Amino acid sequence: MSARIGILCSRVRIEEKLLFAAFEELGITPVRLDEREMIVRIGEFAPEVDVVLERSISTSAGLVAAQLLEAAHIHVVNNYATASTCADKVCTTIALAQLGVPQPITEVAMSAESALAAIEQMGYPVVLKPAIGSWGRLLARVNDRDAAEAILEHKEMLGGVGHQIYYIQEYIEKPARDIRAFVIGTETICAIYRSSPHWITNTARGGKASNCPITDDIAEICQNAAAAVSGGQGGILAIDLLEDPERGLLVCEVNHTMEFRNSIDTTGVNIPLRMAQFVLNTIEVAR
Amino acid sequence: MNNVECLECGADVRVPNNVMQGEILKCGDCGIELEVTELSPLTIDLAPMEMEDWGE
Repeated sequence: MSARIGILCSRVRIEEKLLFAAFEELGITPVRLDEREMIVRIGEFAPEVDVVLERSISTSAGLVAAQLLEAAHIHVVNNYATASTCADKVCTTIALAQLGVPQPITEVAMSAESALAAIEQMGYPVVLKPAIGSWGRLLARVNDRDAAEAILEHKEMLGGVGHQIYYIQEYIEKPARDIRAFVIGTETICAIYRSSPHWITNTARGGKASNCPITDDIAEICQNAAAAVSGGQGGILAIDLLEDPERGLLVCEVNHTMEFRNSIDTTGVNIPLRMAQFVLNTIEVAR
Repeated sequence: MNNVECLECGADVRVPNNVMQGEILKCGDCGIELEVTELSPLTIDLAPMEMEDWGE
């Protein structure tokens, strides 16, 4: 019996279309699961799939869906433990630190007063990030105390509860680019430079993609980072690396539902096909 | 090839032959995003606005 594959997604982006096509290329027609249409009675949920590739555009909905599917004994890629570690930068940072993976110095504070003290102690500039968020949204490079006070007050007064967790990182004087490496399992299959004159280099914010050859250093740090966030088993991950002039590569973040539309032609690697093959292989392992 | 009428400005919006339910179409005239909510009959709605926890 052929494997029953589900792809969990609400919005169908270019990536999801490519993934559906990749599974078709492997002779499998995936079932589309839209989390917006799911009604789950706990304990009685029995979706007719063997494995689900979680591709929700919403981090929170994707995490809940992964929990519900795993509770119904469905194998999910990435699994909930890995996804939840990647979704929250505090969790990611802790996981990386536990395995000694190089990363920027990071401090976490839970009040605006403590955050200001942490920033002053770290020294300017620093980067303030929401613990949960993507596409470079609400990142702030804080260059001086005036800016720190203003941003912290705005977060305190206007932000939701999530913004009362202050994730503070040293600013890395990187070249005008960062590296996004694509990892399947724990193997780095390809990588791109994301170049921008702006300090935020996300392609969603205008960063330009170009091929980045995979060096031994990139492969090693990505392998370790993937292992750190996944309990050693790896997953389908995109790891963002910063090139520190003195310390070398540092892991900036690890993404668990990566976008890759700008990276297929750029790298020459069929990323969606590699993802689909990995999902199928995980079924064989689970059986 | 089908076209649909933009819900915001009334312009023709091109629909690709391999369109999928859940896919987003962008109106070339006004720029608004439209979500394909049904394939048969082809139905569109205004796409949800970007949320704080979207993306990777």
